[in-house]
Amino acid sequence: MRPILMKGHERPLTFLRYNRDGDLLFSCAKDHTPTLWYADNGERLGTYRGHNGAVWCCDVSRDSSRLITGSADQTAKLWDVQSGQELFTFKFGSPTRSVDFSVGDHLAVITTDPFMERTSAIHVKRIAEDPQDQVADSVLVLQSPEGRKRINRAVWGPLNQTIVSGGEDAVIRIWDSETGKLLKESDGEVGHKKPITSLAKAADDSHFITGSLDKTAKLWDMRTLTLIKTYSTVVPVNAVTMSPLLNHVVLGGGQDASAVTTTDHRAGKFEAKFYDKILQEEIGGVKGHFGPINALAFNPDGRSFSSGGEDGYVRLHHLDPDYFNIKI
Amino acid sequence: MEVLDIDARAAKLGIDWSQVNLDSIQLPPGQDFGIESDDEAVYHDDQSEFDTGFGNIIVVDHLPVVPMEKFEKLEGVVKKIYNQIGVIKENGLWMPVDPDTKMTLGYCFIEFNSPQEAQNAKEKSHGYKLDKSHIFAVNMFDDFDRLMNVKEEWEPPQARPYVPGENLQKWLTDEKARDQLVIRSGPDTEVFWNDARQKNPEPVHKRPYWTESYVQWSPLGTYLVTLHKQGAAVWGGADTFTRLMRYQHSMVKLVDFSPGEKYLVTYHSQEPSNPRDASKVEIKVFDVRTGRMMRDFKGSADEFSIGGPGGVAGASWPVFRWAGGKDDKYFAKLSKNTISVYETETFSLIDKKSMKVDNVVDICWSPTDSILSLFVPEQGGGNQPAKVALVSIPSKVELRQKNLFSVSDCKMYWQSSGEYLAVKVDRYTKTKKSTYSGFELFRIKERDIPIEVLELDNKNDKIIAFAWEPKGHRFAVIHGDQPRPDVSFYSMKTAQNTGRVSKLGTLKAKQANALFWSPTGKYIILAGLKGFNGQLEFFNVDELETMATAEHFMATDIEWDPTGRYVATAVTSVHEMENGFTIWSFNGNLLYRILKDHFFQLAWRPRPPSFLTAEKEEEIAKNLKKYSKKYEAEDQDVSLLLSEQDREKRKALNEEWEKWVMQWKSLHEEEKLARQSLRDGEVSDVEEDEYEAKEVEFEDVIDVTEEIVQESM
Repeated sequence: MRPILMKGHERPLTFLRYNRDGDLLFSCAKDHTPTLWYADNGERLGTYRGHNGAVWCCDVSRDSSRLITGSADQTAKLWDVQSGQELFTFKFGSPTRSVDFSVGDHLAVITTDPFMERTSAIHVKRIAEDPQDQVADSVLVLQSPEGRKRINRAVWGPLNQTIVSGGEDAVIRIWDSETGKLLKESDGEVGHKKPITSLAKAADDSHFITGSLDKTAKLWDMRTLTLIKTYSTVVPVNAVTMSPLLNHVVLGGGQDASAVTTTDHRAGKFEAKFYDKILQEEIGGVKGHFGPINALAFNPDGRSFSSGGEDGYVRLHHLDPDYFNIKI
Repeated sequence: MEVLDIDARAAKLGIDWSQVNLDSIQLPPGQDFGIESDDEAVYHDDQSEFDTGFGNIIVVDHLPVVPMEKFEKLEGVVKKIYNQIGVIKENGLWMPVDPDTKMTLGYCFIEFNSPQEAQNAKEKSHGYKLDKSHIFAVNMFDDFDRLMNVKEEWEPPQARPYVPGENLQKWLTDEKARDQLVIRSGPDTEVFWNDARQKNPEPVHKRPYWTESYVQWSPLGTYLVTLHKQGAAVWGGADTFTRLMRYQHSMVKLVDFSPGEKYLVTYHSQEPSNPRDASKVEIKVFDVRTGRMMRDFKGSADEFSIGGPGGVAGASWPVFRWAGGKDDKYFAKLSKNTISVYETETFSLIDKKSMKVDNVVDICWSPTDSILSLFVPEQGGGNQPAKVALVSIPSKVELRQKNLFSVSDCKMYWQSSGEYLAVKVDRYTKTKKSTYSGFELFRIKERDIPIEVLELDNKNDKIIAFAWEPKGHRFAVIHGDQPRPDVSFYSMKTAQNTGRVSKLGTLKAKQANALFWSPTGKYIILAGLKGFNGQLEFFNVDELETMATAEHFMATDIEWDPTGRYVATAVTSVHEMENGFTIWSFNGNLLYRILKDHFFQLAWRPRPPSFLTAEKEEEIAKNLKKYSKKYEAEDQDVSLLLSEQDREKRKALNEEWEKWVMQWKSLHEEEKLARQSLRDGEVSDVEEDEYEAKEVEFEDVIDVTEEIVQESM
């Protein structure tokens, strides 16, 4: 398995997203241009120019026609995937950290950071069929009880009935997406002890995995918020993903970016670690990055995955046949 | 007033109690209506502390009996004497006068500012000779009270019923013959069994905030000592760790056991308020079992160290070095130009005198005998040679000495059974610009203690590390230049050469800066700690071959277990990353690894020496096959059991997971229609998509070239 190195960003990677067909890969980085790649050979298809700050997150619609991106320039933008044209800009008074399209792509959930006087918030926007009809108004705004703590990720629950969020206060919350009521909070006893950095959900919205700086990743039931599994590693977890094909989860991380230059690269453990989803045991690791891993995504076909690092590279890995026969 | 009364009263007066803001009520100044202030109780408590009793009063007897004319003169003399020792309180001296004879009664009372001063004055002036016929007899006032109350008739002390103590050595009877280790990480201190078969430590005892600085095992492993603000405590017992004894010594910083663990030495130093003064040091020696303080030493740090002021940390630890052997008979202290040797029967100096040795800088006890080795550097600009000497205690007879010339430094290394002493000597070259090293080897057990000089093949090699094989005749030296020095092995006696040291072999260019012999000898770890990132080489010295090389990245500490079966390597919190420890087998197999954030300390529980004789041990080693059969069978059983348990566990986990998946599937199915409507009637869920794989053959004309083929004629 020789990875394909995709050098297109000039700054650390922040997020990776495959489209549903698994043929396109979108990457976001702290440079201002989200980039589109062929998921098979790593060729660059194009870029989306228009943001004026680090881009933290993106999502692509089910039919791969629309892209939504959230950026530190205090906007979220809608794009036409094919032409790269900017369709609409949502303006917020603070950086937008995460974006997610709902089932059916008629709604999007966008989180904003605490900034100046503003507290962190989760916004729900209606996405119009025709970009001409798009309006900026929020359908719903949710305020976290810990307003000064950042919300790092918010995604839709099953049937768009709930919104699941996690952030710096280490608590996972489930909200009613109709009324905005807080339905559930994760238990402090079993939950994460340090900020939650990443959240990825299963293809059928039944469960999701969270990664945290407390050096663990945890698997939760999306409807009941029951803790199902915990995966422990040796470094803070910045990124998580799950294989759609096998019972594997992948954790990526490394020490703080600020400590990278002062420690040996061998000590950093900039590895994507594979764990058995059920037995919670480590299966193996994929080395290569020379900075912490910030983003991970599995191709929906389960046969390849990509990782994005603080080093500015996206590494695209097509998994060997051996991988599909691992027995532990 | 009861709450009910208040309510009734308020109702009578027509006051709505809930509307009254109690905080807004202000009492007239100076009037409190008998309401006690919240901090009043505290205030009363403070007062009671000042009640010190008569502890600061001493009674001085055997003063001259003088008439009134001489009263003032005598008073003056007494005042003068005691003002030198402490501060006498105003009107603190009272000399009673017999009203009949108008003569003094020959005694007086003196009140000092503090009980400490009084105690000090008593100790210092008792037996003071004013003149031939007047020798002071000084007592504490409190003692008079106490002695007066002693009953006339002697009562036999009540014999307390015998309570059998716990078996403090129970851990040695572990059925699986495992060893214990203690670790400290974060606030927790934990004791584990090292269970190499299970590849996991088995917890014995865990306690957060067990100690306030560090923990230490006693030399024979019986006790674990913890340090606290109030003093030290030792823990041990049959099944779990209970507190066996406490030793009061406030703000204790360091502790040290005597080798037979009869005595515990505690150390405390206080920073001086004036930075130019030396820090104050207090050292106490306790009897471990009874908890009684046997002796305390107080003084400035200078008295407990040599070579200028003791610095911030105070004296170099351990201040008292214990003579070898299990008897705990002697301990010695090195200070400027003197060596003080104490014996534990009376806790006083041997012959009531310290040994005067000008300029002595280092002393070292033999680990088994009461022989002291000492080193005196060159003096008078080289006119007086440096000297290494062996002194027998308690006779103080010099057994052997050797003068050494142009020496810059010496280091003494005793072999663990006290048979040999190696002295590493750094000498100046002729130009005095650089130094080179050599060894002086003393054979203690042979007649007249012969000395042999050993120089390395390359005289200019720097010596990085030296270590004796425990209980053996061999030693290892790391020498040469960093970063790839050589490692050489020598033996004090070989089959061919019994009386001479001979070289066994040299390993070239090793990444090592520290040596760790197995406690049983034969095996050694050549370790590259710190700068070398934790390179480990497990080496068999009998065969002179490497068994394994490994790496524990950034390892800071290495410790063999007391039996020499396992090795622990640890990364302590000097680094941020990968704190924790790893257990290896003696031949370098990684057994298991435990990661702990903020990992401070790891220590194996020592074992007392074996009762088996050397012959018996040899016999066991010879017939090892016979003995090992039993253990191999046990190993097999354990591994079978483990894999069985593992299978069970995995099965359970898989079943549990299946349950979840079934539940999710059924819910997903239920929600199918709702999802469809959200997607504007689009049917497809990912898993329902039915891709049809068609093989399509496709032909394309890429290029057409015409080539004229000429038929050859």
